[in-house]
Amino acid sequence: MKKKLLILPAVLAVCLAVLYLLQMLLMPKYMTGKHQEGALIAEYYHNAGNNDVVFVGDCEVYENFSPITLWEEYGIPSYIRGSAQQLIWQSYYLMEETLKYEKPKVMVFNVLSMKYDTPKSTGAQSQREAYNRMTLDGMRWSVSKWNSIQASMTEEEKSWQAELSYIFPLLRYHDRWSSLEKQDFTYWFKKDQVSDNGYLMQTGVKPLGDAYHEMRPMDMNFGENSWYYLEKMTQLCKENGVQLVLIKAPALSPIWWDEWDLQIEEYAAKNDLLYVNLLDYQEEIGIDWSTDTYDAGLHLNVYGAEKAARWFGKYLQENCDLPDRRNDTALSDIWAEKVATYNQRKETKEG
Amino acid sequence: MQFTSFGFLPFAALVLLAYWVTPKKARWITLLLASYVFYIFAGVEYLWFMLFTTATTYITTLCMDNILQKQDAFLKENKALLSREEKKAYKAATKNKTRLLMVVCLVLNFGMLAVCKGLLIDPFRTMASGSFLSFLSIGLPLGMSFYLFQSMGYVVDIHRGTAKAERNPFKLALFVSFFPQLIQGPISQFSVLAPQMYAPKDFDGKEFSFGLQRLLWGYFKKLVIADRIAAAVGTLKGFEGTGFFLLTVFYAVQLYADFTGGIDMAIGLSQSLGIKLPENFIRPYFSKNIAEYWRRWHITLGEWMKSYIFYPISVSQPMLKLSKAARTKLGNFGKRLPVYVASIATWAVTGIWHGLSPNFLLWGMLNCFVIVVSEELVPLYEKFHNRFPGLKQKKLYGGFEILRMFILMNLIRIVDLFPNVLDYFKRMGSLVTTWNVNILWDGTLLNLGLSPLDYGILGGAIALVFAVSLYQEKKGSVREMLWTKPALRYILVFALLLVTVLMGSYGIGYNASNFIYNQF
Repeated sequence: MKKKLLILPAVLAVCLAVLYLLQMLLMPKYMTGKHQEGALIAEYYHNAGNNDVVFVGDCEVYENFSPITLWEEYGIPSYIRGSAQQLIWQSYYLMEETLKYEKPKVMVFNVLSMKYDTPKSTGAQSQREAYNRMTLDGMRWSVSKWNSIQASMTEEEKSWQAELSYIFPLLRYHDRWSSLEKQDFTYWFKKDQVSDNGYLMQTGVKPLGDAYHEMRPMDMNFGENSWYYLEKMTQLCKENGVQLVLIKAPALSPIWWDEWDLQIEEYAAKNDLLYVNLLDYQEEIGIDWSTDTYDAGLHLNVYGAEKAARWFGKYLQENCDLPDRRNDTALSDIWAEKVATYNQRKETKEG
Repeated sequence: MQFTSFGFLPFAALVLLAYWVTPKKARWITLLLASYVFYIFAGVEYLWFMLFTTATTYITTLCMDNILQKQDAFLKENKALLSREEKKAYKAATKNKTRLLMVVCLVLNFGMLAVCKGLLIDPFRTMASGSFLSFLSIGLPLGMSFYLFQSMGYVVDIHRGTAKAERNPFKLALFVSFFPQLIQGPISQFSVLAPQMYAPKDFDGKEFSFGLQRLLWGYFKKLVIADRIAAAVGTLKGFEGTGFFLLTVFYAVQLYADFTGGIDMAIGLSQSLGIKLPENFIRPYFSKNIAEYWRRWHITLGEWMKSYIFYPISVSQPMLKLSKAARTKLGNFGKRLPVYVASIATWAVTGIWHGLSPNFLLWGMLNCFVIVVSEELVPLYEKFHNRFPGLKQKKLYGGFEILRMFILMNLIRIVDLFPNVLDYFKRMGSLVTTWNVNILWDGTLLNLGLSPLDYGILGGAIALVFAVSLYQEKKGSVREMLWTKPALRYILVFALLLVTVLMGSYGIGYNASNFIYNQF
């Protein structure tokens, strides 16, 4: 009987271990190829603790600002907590989670995602789910993650099935066994860093062609849900003594309409927040849309991102009372390594 | 809540834990609570229907029981005073009273079922919307056909005196709502199920383990086979000729894996709770004739129909009169005529039970037709086998009989999918008029919603189910065989778990189907 009592837990433990290993194997790695942005959220935890500035937002932050430049030029240690199509409620919960790991002096939020009011308004369900996964799977388990999952699903999507598959991603990726790639085995247990403090480097150049024409939205007012989460961000930062800076990153599409800009300006003024639309300072920043974008104006390449960081670093220094930390020896050592990695990555990518 | 929803597994685990840690005498209360929680998850609005069936069943059987007890007391008291005729007359009067109560209960419940089923189809659905009946137009309450048939069987048993009425309303509520069998059966008899649910019992590790293994086997059949092949069944519905024939085979696989998978889950979970539900399938595709097929397929429904429809009709006064009259005029056929009439009624009811639409009625009549014709051809078969003695013992001939039965039942069963019966007959006609066997190799099979990998998985899974069925048919229980080989058992069970988890059709990208029999 005693033997039986021992065998059962042992068998159960082996089964769970095998299932866990399978889950690790079957989850997408995002280490190579097109969708490296899926790896960004999980990379933060190895770099948390010493950042004075944390950017939060979508591709307009993780592709348009280089934290390495901010360090090199101004001694500002920073990190970008961004992922593809990161929605405002996801940004809010990432901010909330960040505050459990460190207390930066400034949080920078890119306001583009204000245009998506609810999970339903962000595109087809399959697309939403894929983007949600890229943001949520990388988060460590916490109340913030659970709330972010809840906020990210539409009412129709909310089900035991979906929620449980976030807790046990094996249930979501169980059929990936038929499309496993070499990287799934290479990075089964250990991942590389694909970003430089959350910045996903692009070195290609695709000049801006014709100006973008997009349909004006029927209703130019931001939705209730967006305002709700922006307000929560404001309150969260106030409660934690963190300065919230709102920005609109320099990217030409999706178009950032004047009516939207005005609403954010008014909100910032009302709440005593800084708001800067970098599109208004393109010339000052020195963006050349024939060389500084890798996808015809949608996002900046590394040359543009360095220019944007150079300009924005100065803005931060002037407006946020941020110290130059380059004299901090311990921090300098860490950042020296980061700079070297960044330069090497740039060199490799430039080929 | 579906058995295949992710939420069900944690729910089942909690119920198992709660059930076995509850003191023996109170375990049935845990089961009752679990059953109601399960049902509430399906939709609170459906709960009223189950409560109605429970209440009417309880009140009816209690009244019947009181009348029967009064009768017994009266007869006992007046044993010496009453003549035999007087006792008989008193009993007949009592029987009439209980019959009246039974009929009222049956009419109320089956009436509700008929209305609910009727309101699923036009023109009744349109007529009901906005009327006082609109509260019934919420779709068929989960498992209604199953719990209602089970409860009404109990009411009839009390009237017949073959079961004793349960006087505790909560215990009766458990009999009606026992959650593992709620979705698609099996339909159990009160005298078999109730004592197991209420009696205090000890934990039996072997039964518990066997139950979980069977639960897993059910998941395997449902998720790896039924839900994977469902896409191809949907596409093939538009085909004629060879494509239609292929549809009959694919649907046979889907329905078998779906229905037996669900039943395996129900029986397995119950077994882990120490409750043995009746078997509903005994490898029906190995049947050599239709009578055998129906002794192996959906057994509990067949038994129910036999007990509560077929027998009462065949021994009713009009049938006995018909039998007498027909025997003199039609000879041997006349002798069998009442049985055939009872069969037609039984199959009509069985068809309608599946759905209030012409195709299900046709399905019932086709089955009845084949049964009657087979019965009438018995002398011819005997003549044939007398001419070729020993043929029956030949394995090849046995294989032919099985294949013949499989194809025949496939052609009848497929009418399920064609609410327009003319469409069904057109497709049947296309088997001889449309010669398109080339779809088997011209790439059409790869456009049915199944990739080569899907075919590979399906092939492997079907081969496994076939091998297990063959072992069970020839040698007996696979689980018993594995019980004496623990290492092999652990490996195989874990391998089955892995295959189900990795190759099951569930989650994003799959439209996991409800169980087909939920809708009936």
